[in-house]
Amino acid sequence: MSETLADDPIVALQTKFPAATSRDSRDHPAVNVPIAEAHAALQWLRDEQGYDFLVDVTAVDWSETTSPRFTTVWHLYSTSNHVYIRVAADCADDAEPSAPSITSLWPSANWHERETWDLMGVKFENHPDLRRILMWDEYPHHPLRKEFPLAGIETELPDIEVAEETNAKVISAPMMGGPFVASNKGEMNMTDAEPRAKDESWNEKKPKPE
Amino acid sequence: MPTELNVPDAAAKTAEAASQEFETEKMSLAMGPSHPSTHGVLRLQLELDGETVTKCDPVLGYLHRGDEKIAENMTYNQFVPYTDRLDYLAPLANNAAYAAAVEQLANLEVPARCQSIRVITSELARVSSHLMGLGAYGIDVGAWSVFLYSFTEREKLYTLFEELTGARFTTSYSRIGGVARDMPEGWTDRVLEFCEQFLPILDEILKLLTRNKIFMDRTVDVGVITAEDAIGYGMSGPNLRGSGVKSDLRKDRPYWGYDQYEFDVPVGSKGDCYDRYLCRGEEMKQSVSIIRQAIAKLPGGSYYAEDARKIFAPRKDKVMSSMEELINNFMIVTEGPQMPAGEVYFEAENPKGTLGFFIVSKGGGVPWRMKIRGPSFCNLSILPHICKNELVSDVVSILGSLDFVMGECDR
Repeated sequence: MSETLADDPIVALQTKFPAATSRDSRDHPAVNVPIAEAHAALQWLRDEQGYDFLVDVTAVDWSETTSPRFTTVWHLYSTSNHVYIRVAADCADDAEPSAPSITSLWPSANWHERETWDLMGVKFENHPDLRRILMWDEYPHHPLRKEFPLAGIETELPDIEVAEETNAKVISAPMMGGPFVASNKGEMNMTDAEPRAKDESWNEKKPKPE
Repeated sequence: MPTELNVPDAAAKTAEAASQEFETEKMSLAMGPSHPSTHGVLRLQLELDGETVTKCDPVLGYLHRGDEKIAENMTYNQFVPYTDRLDYLAPLANNAAYAAAVEQLANLEVPARCQSIRVITSELARVSSHLMGLGAYGIDVGAWSVFLYSFTEREKLYTLFEELTGARFTTSYSRIGGVARDMPEGWTDRVLEFCEQFLPILDEILKLLTRNKIFMDRTVDVGVITAEDAIGYGMSGPNLRGSGVKSDLRKDRPYWGYDQYEFDVPVGSKGDCYDRYLCRGEEMKQSVSIIRQAIAKLPGGSYYAEDARKIFAPRKDKVMSSMEELINNFMIVTEGPQMPAGEVYFEAENPKGTLGFFIVSKGGGVPWRMKIRGPSFCNLSILPHICKNELVSDVVSILGSLDFVMGECDR
């Protein structure tokens, strides 16, 4: 890839959208745009620069203490020039981040945005059908946020009504003893908590139970 | 006085009945999550008017394991086994694509031999994935015997995989900066032997379907996706090329030296289920050709980047004989391969489409954020659009032709 081709889209974008700044990237050209101009910038890239393929819509959480906390990232690809571009926009509100929906530009954005809303909690304005997609509709958390623990948070399972109807007891999988669950501040002995370790609690000083 | 019999004209009565509007009710039908044609755990919430689908709402997430969250909490090498479980029908291709993404972050070029090994394994994975897709598609539309043939061939491939990686299914063959081990002695000969006997059998398998009247009735002009729609819905792989878009990253943005091999990219003309099937069949032949070329040109040298001392763990004999290497090994195992800060996006042409990894690093051995673009996720997003006004039986045909796998769709 020649240097001029790689630099072109950003310079061109900056003449059209002066607020756009170049973004650090280790591979493809990348650009920061103000969130209010994101929709227009993406549309311009599609119509004028030949970036006809929306690869990906996602968001990054820069941790609870950082502001702006969430950045929405779009990856575009040109099926004719075979180049990528990364467009990023910081979400204004740290507590309730939102970004413009580009479903009207690419229908594929529909599911990507639903996934980003589901897992990261970024609300896409003017999305036709912003429901959760991977987690169930009543799920209360956004698991990819940094404050969400890896082990998960116990929540009510989706089929509560079914359980009431059938009188069946719905038990969620135990959190403790899972592969990623460490002992909570020394409250629990790991050997007790980890079922796989139970039978191996013996050593040279403690004999193997018969 | 004789009573007058009132016998209404039967034809008139029928005509009257036909003119009346019957109140019909739409039926809601859940297809899946456990349905043979949904290939895993996909649920299609269908709204039916008779046998015609008026609305299709795919329900995903039954196989969601939070791979992206898990990736943020472990080192780059530890995540390799998780990539097996994305597209679990082509784990070798996933392993290599993931490693290439992380290497792009480190700006690390792997040696030519490693690149060739990755090309050979990825193409073998493509053949095995397409064989599975073809066999399952045959069953979906009522041709059982295809599956028996293609599964026999896939079994031979799995024997080769087992010899190479130690596992048949979950191979975990890549490491950041190389592959887990070099190819065993004589393995490439056995791959060539497989290729030799595979091509005639592939022709036989395709002969069972390509001019099969029943198969053509069920696939030709069914589930037509225009080139515009295919791009708009972010489709990739044979599904995109079936719609006539000549887009293949192996040609367009060659990685691992794909530009030194001669191969064709088959494209469809109409974008129906039949075209997608034809593309897969032809792609297997092209893959075999690539494998043969790669083995013929196989360079010597190392199978891992020897200069990347903070990334690829040193060989066992070096660890045991040198203090420095021992420390290095310890650091890579406990803290992970050390990566610079930055953002990269890499995608590879996998059997199901382009599998992409967007990695945000703040430096160190653990990614800050890793987004996985599963091709099946994007390929399925077109379902509400193309299933509308199709028959229920055609939905089965369309699903099979998209050849998706839920492991990478739900991640």
